[in-house]
Amino acid sequence: MGLQAYLTLAAVVFCIGLFGVMTRRNTIGILLGIELMLNSVNINLVAFARYLGDVTGMVFAVFTICITVAEAAVGLAIVILLFRIRRTVTADQLDLLRG
Amino acid sequence: MAGDGTLALAALLLHATAFLVLAVAAPLRRLGRPAAYVSILAAAGSLGAAVLSWRAHAGEAISREVWTWLPAEGQTLATVGVLADADSTMMLVLVALVALLVQVYSLGYLTEETAPALGRYYTYQSLFAFSMMGLVLAPNFLQLFICWELVGLCSYLLIGFWYQRPAAARAALKAFWITKAGDVGLLIGIVLLWRHTGTFDLAELRVLADNGAIPLAGLAVMTFCIYLGAVGKSAQFPLHIWLPDAMEGPTPVSALIHAATMVTAGVYLLHRTSWLFALTPDVLAIVAWVGAFTALLAAVLACVQNDIKRVLAYSTVSQLSYMMAAIGAGFSAAGFFHLLTHGVFKALLFLGAGAVIHAVHSNDLTDMGGLARRLPQTAIVFTIGSLSLAGVPLFAGFLSKEEILGATLAGGFVGPFVLLIVVAFLTAFYMFRVVFLAFYGPGAPAAAPAATGAGGGRAAAQGAHGAHPAHGAGTPHHGGEPDATMLGPLWVLAVLSVAIGVYFTFVHPDPGFTSPAWLMPVAVGSAVAGIGLAWATYQRRAIDAASLAAAFGPIYRGALQRFWIDALFERAYLLAILGFSRLIGWIDRYLVDGVLNVLSAWTVTAGDDMRTMQSGRAQDYVYGVAVGLLVILLWVQFG
Repeated sequence: MGLQAYLTLAAVVFCIGLFGVMTRRNTIGILLGIELMLNSVNINLVAFARYLGDVTGMVFAVFTICITVAEAAVGLAIVILLFRIRRTVTADQLDLLRG
Repeated sequence: MAGDGTLALAALLLHATAFLVLAVAAPLRRLGRPAAYVSILAAAGSLGAAVLSWRAHAGEAISREVWTWLPAEGQTLATVGVLADADSTMMLVLVALVALLVQVYSLGYLTEETAPALGRYYTYQSLFAFSMMGLVLAPNFLQLFICWELVGLCSYLLIGFWYQRPAAARAALKAFWITKAGDVGLLIGIVLLWRHTGTFDLAELRVLADNGAIPLAGLAVMTFCIYLGAVGKSAQFPLHIWLPDAMEGPTPVSALIHAATMVTAGVYLLHRTSWLFALTPDVLAIVAWVGAFTALLAAVLACVQNDIKRVLAYSTVSQLSYMMAAIGAGFSAAGFFHLLTHGVFKALLFLGAGAVIHAVHSNDLTDMGGLARRLPQTAIVFTIGSLSLAGVPLFAGFLSKEEILGATLAGGFVGPFVLLIVVAFLTAFYMFRVVFLAFYGPGAPAAAPAATGAGGGRAAAQGAHGAHPAHGAGTPHHGGEPDATMLGPLWVLAVLSVAIGVYFTFVHPDPGFTSPAWLMPVAVGSAVAGIGLAWATYQRRAIDAASLAAAFGPIYRGALQRFWIDALFERAYLLAILGFSRLIGWIDRYLVDGVLNVLSAWTVTAGDDMRTMQSGRAQDYVYGVAVGLLVILLWVQFG
């Protein structure tokens, strides 16, 4: 399989993630969508690293994974705090910044 | 040569030193009389230096001492220093002499001042003498202008010496602003001339003028602008209105600044630059006509004044205009000659008037009368001054006045000549009106200060508070002859007036033109006629003053209102300033503020309209980001 297939896969995963972020009402679902988008980026990085014979992309992928973990931890903590305070995790109801 | 310039410089710097000492050493200044002694000592030394310098420059000798000032782009923009020649040193002597005499006189005149006020007075006096000498000796226009402004400042400070009095404060401001109007013209003229020729230096300009190297195009505008400065300073129509009000200052100040020296600066300037004005005969014609007209106007006004100082003030305006007329006719030396003699006898008249005011405690002629019995010496010197001013032979003003008349005639100005002859008649009349009313007529009513209220209108009211503020409203305390510090200067000036008159009766200087033989009898005749009319009206009472006034009905009534010139200025000033202020106010309120108000209103409504975009839901923002990204991608791909 060529590079094209991996890139297509990454694009599909990215779009699925984005769709999830935009449509899910549950904040945990949104966080999952973000995870998908980040992982699509990882696929991209690894694919290019493999294709170009350069390990830099893989190193970046490891970085991204680390950051993703941290992001997930912080994100989930925020969701838990939100639930404690507002008794809901539905994104539509969290509109404190409405103009 | 250098030594001669140094003498003139010494005369200048002595006053500067006195001023600096008094200005810096505040404890000394507050002592009053010791401060006065410092100033007088400097003035005496200055007079000595001035006289020596004058003797050294009597002929054609000219000495210049200049130092570089304002270096710009590798060359010198201006210099400071002294330019001593026959004219400037003669003027220097006049300034030094009158300054010294006035300072001595002030010791006796200002006895009722507090010590700090006296110190302040002498500080200003020293500054004035320094500035005036700097003006007289200026080797270039720039130094001249700076000193010109400095004397204007001193004039302001000394007119407003009794600044607690609203009238004095207002008169000081009026003098400052009105002369400033002319000064702006002078500055513009100087700068234009510099653009035109590339130099401020009088000597260099003179060489250029003599070689015909000054381009004539536009020169008339420049000389006219310079003339405007002289109009303000030397109180020519229509800017003459400040000088009578300037009489709110102490009388010695009037004698020094507003009779003998500062107000003559304009005449001096025109004399000093007469070679420049000679290139623009049109401007000279204006100078002559305005001079003759102002002379007549002021002489008429002087006839109706009841305040002794105001009579002298209008007389000064009139005499300055005389000099201007001669300069306009192209014979500036005649004008300068009259400037010198006038400086002596007008200072004498003012100081004499000061002695009268000191004794009577009123400026008002109606409070005076028969003073010759109480003040015999003052009466004599005042009469000498009046005879000089009237132009009676053997007195100082005689020959100089006749020279001016001859000059206007020789210059071909018949109209101004006729006006000036009328003025000569009026001059003799109003001066001897004062002499007969104050000194030789019947005695004044006993309760003099109380009489001022009913004494007659506005002039009387001004006279009442124009006298000594210390006890102007106090008991009618009638003093006798003033003490030696006041009488001494009076006698010096009186003797000088006679000596000058006698000297020039026998030694005729060459005026540079020939006058017709009938001129002298006509001039003397008009003066004698004026004296005769005054004698018949105010001494013999053969002619009723009221019916005399009625004979000149409209002129008399107009003159009482100063021909509405002051009122006109006031109206115009109010109209211009208030109108302009209202316009500016409207612009500020409706244009500047309006734009800002509209802008802020727009901002508020725009914010109100756009706030609905902010839903506050995170997913909407993500949606916006995604769509934006998509648009950018499509644009990059296909745009």
